[in-house]
Amino acid sequence: MDAAVDASTSQFELNEEQRAIQEMAQAFAADRVAPNALDWDRRKHFPADVIRETGPLGLGGIYVRDDVGGSALGRLDAVLIFEALSHADPGFSSFISIHNMVASMIDRFGNDEQRQRFLPKLTSMEWLASYCLTEPGSGSDAAALKTRAVKSGGDYVLNGAKQFISGAGDSDVYAVMVRTGADGPKGISTIVVPKDAPGLSFGANEHKMGWHMQSTRQVIFEDCKVPAENLLSGEGAGFGIAMAGLDGGRLNIAACSLGGAQSALDKALSYTAERKAFGSKINQFQALQFRLADMETELQAARIFLYAAASKLDRKAPDAGKWSAMAKRFVTDTGFNVANDALQLLGGYGYLHDYGVEKLVRDLRVHQILEGTNEIMRVIIARALIGR
Amino acid sequence: MHIVVCIKQVPDSAQIRVHPVTNTIMRQGVPTIINPYDLFALEEALKLRDVHGGEVTVLTMGPPMAEDSLRKALGYGADRAVLLTDRYFAGSDTLATSFALSQAIAKIGETFGRPDIVFTGKQTIDGDTAQVGPGIAKRLDLSQLTYVAKIASIDLDTREIEVARRAEGGTQLLKSRLPCLITMLEDTNEIRRGSLQQALCAARSQVVKWTAADAGIDDLTRCGLRGSPTVVKRVFAPTARAERAAQIDTAERGLQDIADELIADILTRRPALEHELAFNSGT
Repeated sequence: MDAAVDASTSQFELNEEQRAIQEMAQAFAADRVAPNALDWDRRKHFPADVIRETGPLGLGGIYVRDDVGGSALGRLDAVLIFEALSHADPGFSSFISIHNMVASMIDRFGNDEQRQRFLPKLTSMEWLASYCLTEPGSGSDAAALKTRAVKSGGDYVLNGAKQFISGAGDSDVYAVMVRTGADGPKGISTIVVPKDAPGLSFGANEHKMGWHMQSTRQVIFEDCKVPAENLLSGEGAGFGIAMAGLDGGRLNIAACSLGGAQSALDKALSYTAERKAFGSKINQFQALQFRLADMETELQAARIFLYAAASKLDRKAPDAGKWSAMAKRFVTDTGFNVANDALQLLGGYGYLHDYGVEKLVRDLRVHQILEGTNEIMRVIIARALIGR
Repeated sequence: MHIVVCIKQVPDSAQIRVHPVTNTIMRQGVPTIINPYDLFALEEALKLRDVHGGEVTVLTMGPPMAEDSLRKALGYGADRAVLLTDRYFAGSDTLATSFALSQAIAKIGETFGRPDIVFTGKQTIDGDTAQVGPGIAKRLDLSQLTYVAKIASIDLDTREIEVARRAEGGTQLLKSRLPCLITMLEDTNEIRRGSLQQALCAARSQVVKWTAADAGIDDLTRCGLRGSPTVVKRVFAPTARAERAAQIDTAERGLQDIADELIADILTRRPALEHELAFNSGT
């Protein structure tokens, strides 16, 4: 059956190619990521080597065109990959997702020269990429950003700071939303800043709740000179580029929650099948059975919703943006709740690092916040429903 | 060059059960994998193709669901997959299996080009006989290189191959001629990770499916249960041996004395060892 949502029947099946993609990503995640995830978390270790291994496999530019080394796949394909990777480690999967978001922005909005200059190194993962929109003083109100870029000869000179930047300091290129014009969304542009740009520096690694395998830092621009050839599209196009990136990014980050939550449910199923209390295995108690049944039902509902939203974006359906927002909100809320329920089912062991569930709860919490908070998702959904 | 790799879909041995009455392996409901030994053969074949060019054809005999294992092999980068499937093959022992596979390999040779090398794993994890590879070699009159640890060189002009073979007590370096059949040892390489593109190619590829007739097999009495003289009489767990290990008290005498005594004792029982030991210490 074709991997599209058939409106007449509401049936959904993955096709053979999508199952092959899924299996390939699952195998990599199980072999290379899962065995290390707890260790990376504990040591706050950034596994650049394992991340770079995903390049030759085709995961560095999943939906980037193939003339620059991309895999030229769709958004549903990507969702399957991120779901598989996040079953092993949501932080790892999310890093690959953000990298892909930047690569696709350059692919879609860069000119030929920019595509040829950046994308072969990004799709092969020789270079890693970060996305810089949020600032210390602007998050949900992204169009209020203040980092300024002023043209000076052949360069733009950047001043300002970006906040909560995943991979900052480790990544090689940064897609930065800057103000080149007046206040508001129309004054925003997107420029690609290389790590070695003069005047670029990074803040301290933030102490955060989860996602310990990657650093989160401020990215600071002090008279930072970036060649004007690095501006994507034209001046003033940046807000549209940033939002286009996020539309698909939201699906990815939801997929990164889904896989993690599935892993938590899997762990809860194994634990409750072994643990005994009051003379029987605890999965024989109806209260816990009902909890497990609800977790499974809600997670499957989230999965089907996410696949449907991704399929909408693949088909460029007019309401794809609304569906991306709804999926991001619903899947990441469900994902966190399922992981949190799993922790409860493991009792005291759920609270211990070695059992892996508390890490998932910590990791999945941020999915409700980033790539647009779940409150902003509701704003987007409501606007689509009732207009501005 | 053209390389044929014979693989087998086997039950994941970690989850195997044996039927209490027939003593045969109960396959239903057990997840299947490619026989792990065959993956060493496949990787070796892919490496040779990458260096020397040509094609790798994977071949398996089994039920229709064995197509899964062929698709996995295509995902690792094999160029073509042939599934030999027919109800006449059901119940094959190693004799019938090596007959059917050798017929299929001959047909592959006619259809896609004569193979220079046929690879198999050292053995399978479900049968453990290590007989099918040699059986194929004999039937196809191929040089037989078993338990190969390393392929040292291949010269396609002179059609010579040099391999290192694990033998009892050491390694043999063998030179032979192509075409040959190689059974590959475990831990000789590590199967590569297929890329997204290869996964997609595998999903898009057609697996060639042959019945006994398609493979040119006329004599069905040599296939399946009818062609299989092997009868499993009994399957049992081996019992522990009756001899007890001797315990030596080391408190009273020096270790050197004890060791000397033991060695002398062993040499009395196996005089031939003395010569070997002297030889080894002299080199």
